[in-house]
Amino acid sequence: MPTTSRTVRIGSAHGLHARPAKLFAQAAKDAGIPITVSKGAGSPVNAASILGVIALGVEQGDYVTLIADGEGAEAVLDTLAELLTTDHDAE
Amino acid sequence: MSEVEVSEPEVREIRGVGIGLGVAQGPVARMSEPLPAPSDAPSALTADEESARVREAVAAVARELEQRGALAGGNARDVLEAQAMMAEDPSLADEVATRLAQGRTGEWAVFDAFASFRDQLTALGGYLGERAADLDDVAQRVIARLRGVPAPGVPDPGHPFVLVAKDLAPADTALLDLDKVLALVTTEGGPTSHTAILAREKSIVAIVGVAAANELFDGEMVIVDAAAGVVTTQPTGEELDRAQNRAAARASAAAAPITDGALADGTPVPLLANLGSPDGAADAIALGAEGVGLFRTEFLFLSSSSAPTIEQQRESYTKLLSAFPGKKVVVRVLDAGADKPLPFLNDAHEENPALGLRGLRALQASEDILREQLTALAEAHEQTRRSPGGPADLWVMAPMVATVEEAEYFTAIAKDYGIRTAGVMVEVPSSALLADRILEYADFASIGTNDLTQYTLAADRLLGSVASFQDPWHPAVLRLIREVGDAGRMHGKPVGICGEAAADPLLAVVLVGLGATSLSMAPTALADVRASLLEHSIDDARVIAEAALAANGAASARDAARTAAAQHSSVAAL
Repeated sequence: MPTTSRTVRIGSAHGLHARPAKLFAQAAKDAGIPITVSKGAGSPVNAASILGVIALGVEQGDYVTLIADGEGAEAVLDTLAELLTTDHDAE
Repeated sequence: MSEVEVSEPEVREIRGVGIGLGVAQGPVARMSEPLPAPSDAPSALTADEESARVREAVAAVARELEQRGALAGGNARDVLEAQAMMAEDPSLADEVATRLAQGRTGEWAVFDAFASFRDQLTALGGYLGERAADLDDVAQRVIARLRGVPAPGVPDPGHPFVLVAKDLAPADTALLDLDKVLALVTTEGGPTSHTAILAREKSIVAIVGVAAANELFDGEMVIVDAAAGVVTTQPTGEELDRAQNRAAARASAAAAPITDGALADGTPVPLLANLGSPDGAADAIALGAEGVGLFRTEFLFLSSSSAPTIEQQRESYTKLLSAFPGKKVVVRVLDAGADKPLPFLNDAHEENPALGLRGLRALQASEDILREQLTALAEAHEQTRRSPGGPADLWVMAPMVATVEEAEYFTAIAKDYGIRTAGVMVEVPSSALLADRILEYADFASIGTNDLTQYTLAADRLLGSVASFQDPWHPAVLRLIREVGDAGRMHGKPVGICGEAAADPLLAVVLVGLGATSLSMAPTALADVRASLLEHSIDDARVIAEAALAANGAASARDAARTAAAQHSSVAAL
């Protein structure tokens, strides 16, 4: 299976904690394939881990890289990238 | 009862300090204490067995949190669902597995794995640091489940209850469903504890500092009588009926028409509101506030790393003043330091911040901030000059004034900016003792009873172990207040009270007897204080104050005042 990666800029005004972190980790978990997320050049963490995601300390405007491996990785990363670039707090 | 019972006399009354005049009854629900940290002793079970226990526990906790989230809805739902995900977090499971493989217990593995994430969040600081508390809560729940004990924290028995706790932390009260809380009883904490402040703000019947409440058990029926400061256990049917009638009578008193604050003989005692932001103005007016006796300006400063601009300040002050056309509004300039540190004002580490560069001292050291604040206040007053109903009557006062020179300094600088009525807060014994000279310069004095008590009794008001000293009924505090009252009378200048003491209905009468000319409090306390003042004339109030002054301690002063108030009431006893 090909490994797919995507780098996106965080859109949420509250960065990647609180509600956006929950939505993101939940979506990564539901995808059912291994996905990691890393901030800048930092080391990757399990994207399905809300604690790992929160502990990255990602703020609005930061760049994160997603790496997925497995069936439907492209589509999964499309969904996650969309989640990350949306400002959920502006809804 | 006609039967003669031959048994030991039972003690059914336990005492503490009542907050307000309310009475309530209901079943006890205790707030369980935080669990002690698990030991890192080796487990008697295999790693697989421990792993199965942890899996069961995290799943159970996650499902419970999800259910509570579904019930709560809104923002609480998001927080609780996020907590459920934390419980079942895969990274956490890895960390737990590593520790179990080393032969530790499930309890310790969960405790230590959560602690490692907690430390990461705390290190990030700010908002993320605050989330560490969510993590702690999840960890405690999982460990409680593993141990087979109830989860610590605010109980949720599914029906209204009398909450019995050691003391309530702000985090606990955020989770508290106030609609379910019939009354609060704490074993620790004094009249200025967080619990007491919450009780006054939300008009919850409360008794604090009831040491013997440790013996109350879940489901036990009690009567909580805040007016008497007594919790009655095993109440008789007659006692329950009486309490019920009193609660009903009080509810109708609260619905009584709102009148201006006055004693039974008509002596006016304006009742004012303590406000922390302009947003509270509408509620205060609805509850009958005749103006604002203490407007705290810290809210403008505490959330910022630099001082707000004159424009930002002016906007807030204009909003406040517009809400009180023709009424008195007493604004306190920035009171930073001690429990409210502001980095841009004073970043020096102090061993004793309550005795440090705080209040007016800090402003004098950073005079720009004071000058900007006075500019914004004068401009806001000018802007509201033509508002319908006329401009508010703006008074401005300085916090933590300790010397006559400081009073002279502040009133002079305030007048430079066109502030017509400039006064000082009396919170330090030195300024109470020299109030006669301070009032030669200041246009008025406003007594902050919380700090005055802390400094008079040399007991840190934030320190639980000395909370019992933090009682404004102490005759030493009352005597200092009398000094200020006498000085006010001598100079013909107003003396207000703006500490928690003014919200205590009986103490309010004593304060007027000592010479206070207005009382300012949390708006929810207004109805009780208004009713209490109406029961006594100014002569009654002076006699009651003398009785309190003659006591040796805070508790006996309260008792003496209660006895005197029963004898010197201008309305027929019910």
